Amino acid sequence: MSGAEFVPLSLTPLLIGCLAAVACALPGNFLLLRRQALIGDAISHVVLPGIVVAFLLTGAISATAMMLGAATAAVVAVVLIEGIRRFGRIEPGAAMGVVFTAMFAGGVLLLELSDTSGVHLDVEHALYGNLESLVWLDATGWGSLMDPSALRGLPPEVFRISVVLFLITALLAVFWRPLAISTFDEGFAATLGVPVTTLSLGLVITSALAAVAAFDAVGSIIVIAMFICPPAAARLMTNRLGAQVAWSVAFALASAIVGFVLAGYGPLWIGGTDAVSAAGMIATVSGFILTATALMGPKRRSVV
Amino acid sequence: MLQIANEDIVRAEAQNLRESPFAIRGLTVSYDQKPAVFSVDVTIEPGKMTAIVGPNGAGKSTLLKSALGIIKPLSGQVTLYGRPVADEMDRIAYVPQRASVDWDFPVRVIDVVLMGLFRKTGLLGRLTGADRKHAMSCLERVGMTDFASRQIGQLSGGQQQRVFLARALAQNADLYLLDEPFAGVDAATEKAIIGVLKSLRSEGRTVVAVHHDLSTVPDYFDNVLLLNVRKIAEGPVATTFTDENLGAAYGGRLTMARIDPAAVAG
Repeated sequence: MSGAEFVPLSLTPLLIGCLAAVACALPGNFLLLRRQALIGDAISHVVLPGIVVAFLLTGAISATAMMLGAATAAVVAVVLIEGIRRFGRIEPGAAMGVVFTAMFAGGVLLLELSDTSGVHLDVEHALYGNLESLVWLDATGWGSLMDPSALRGLPPEVFRISVVLFLITALLAVFWRPLAISTFDEGFAATLGVPVTTLSLGLVITSALAAVAAFDAVGSIIVIAMFICPPAAARLMTNRLGAQVAWSVAFALASAIVGFVLAGYGPLWIGGTDAVSAAGMIATVSGFILTATALMGPKRRSVV
Repeated sequence: MLQIANEDIVRAEAQNLRESPFAIRGLTVSYDQKPAVFSVDVTIEPGKMTAIVGPNGAGKSTLLKSALGIIKPLSGQVTLYGRPVADEMDRIAYVPQRASVDWDFPVRVIDVVLMGLFRKTGLLGRLTGADRKHAMSCLERVGMTDFASRQIGQLSGGQQQRVFLARALAQNADLYLLDEPFAGVDAATEKAIIGVLKSLRSEGRTVVAVHHDLSTVPDYFDNVLLLNVRKIAEGPVATTFTDENLGAAYGGRLTMARIDPAAVAG
């Protein structure tokens, strides 16, 4: 495929897919080790009431307002989950279950009761996103990457997810050691003066940020898959935390690239005519990677 | 006259608190409706090894956690070297119960020991070669240098406990708090751990351990604190670790536990 075709049609969706996958996989490592991996699932459900409220308040489908609404809902949910977990002294999974089902149900009711029937707020869009539609029509070929006026035409999702990924990477780099220590042994971390509650809240809020930014671009299927599959597969490859995070990034990138290519060309290769959903295929590839590591990863443990 | 006597008492109390690495006054802690610890006063002696002994649910771990600021008391005060806990936390090292962490965690033995240096390096500091050397010397003290690169889940229970102790050694603290360091460990580990604790004492540091095996209390410890929600007694083992006090702490069921560790083992 030539640059004149690839750059405008495939480069930006592929790039956004990769950035979103990595942004979710990075905090996913720590969520997984803290037995909170389902928070990605929870967040992608709880953003619904946030988006509906944002729409009701502004009366228009505006990406900024919806992002803000989604982010607010995510933060509210995260604080509720942490609060219920700490004060109710129950399993994180139970706290998440209570909060995300209640908020998602609230969002559905809100959607039905309010006059949003004429608006395109549908479930399919939320699930699969619109990765393939994030094209860069101002581009004419590889040369456009150097052309300021063409760069201005990049889909805004590219910038949003880049900023979020940069922020997540920076936060992880700075808080790496306290995060690792408190994830391993929270009681001990507290005796070292690590603010464990704040750190734990910070991690889930950062995850919420990743989820909302990725959700906006690629839909919730990828968000849920990328929070869990690459870190879980990476855990089976190594017994060191740093290496696990590196593997998870590699697996996230591999899922995004292979999934995108397979979705676009796979059906053609087997004689079909249409492409399939890139988001669905990316999530599927990550599932296959996890299966492969579960069967062959060097650090998997026998269950018998 | 009375006035003077009172001042003397106040002065003596202030001195006690200042000298004691870990002192508790009127501590009451409750997790639910029932108090876990009720109105307890304790003054740990510096440079000594003290065992906290009592039946299950007596509040032993709770007492340790009060020194770490992990739990919030209903009433009472806890001081470390006469000052509030938060001010002196850098002088204590805590060895939690082994069951309290996830041993599948992707971390090597040496990395766990290096966690003990977090206060020293701080948030932005990075670990140096000297830090690694120090961590290795701590592993050497507990006889675990050969296991430095192992993932912690591959160790036996006793070895895991020794790694926890090495992490506490890396902290270079003045007060060591251990929650059941001998629970479920092999004989070699028990010997290694008690050797290290005694060397800490000879360096002038203070050791406080929650302890279960009544038969070893006189061999291992200088002082004992008998606890059963309320304080039963505290003081030197010779005068405090008596049948009468043990009866009060365990409610009469203890004599069996006490006489016959051999019978239990057999």
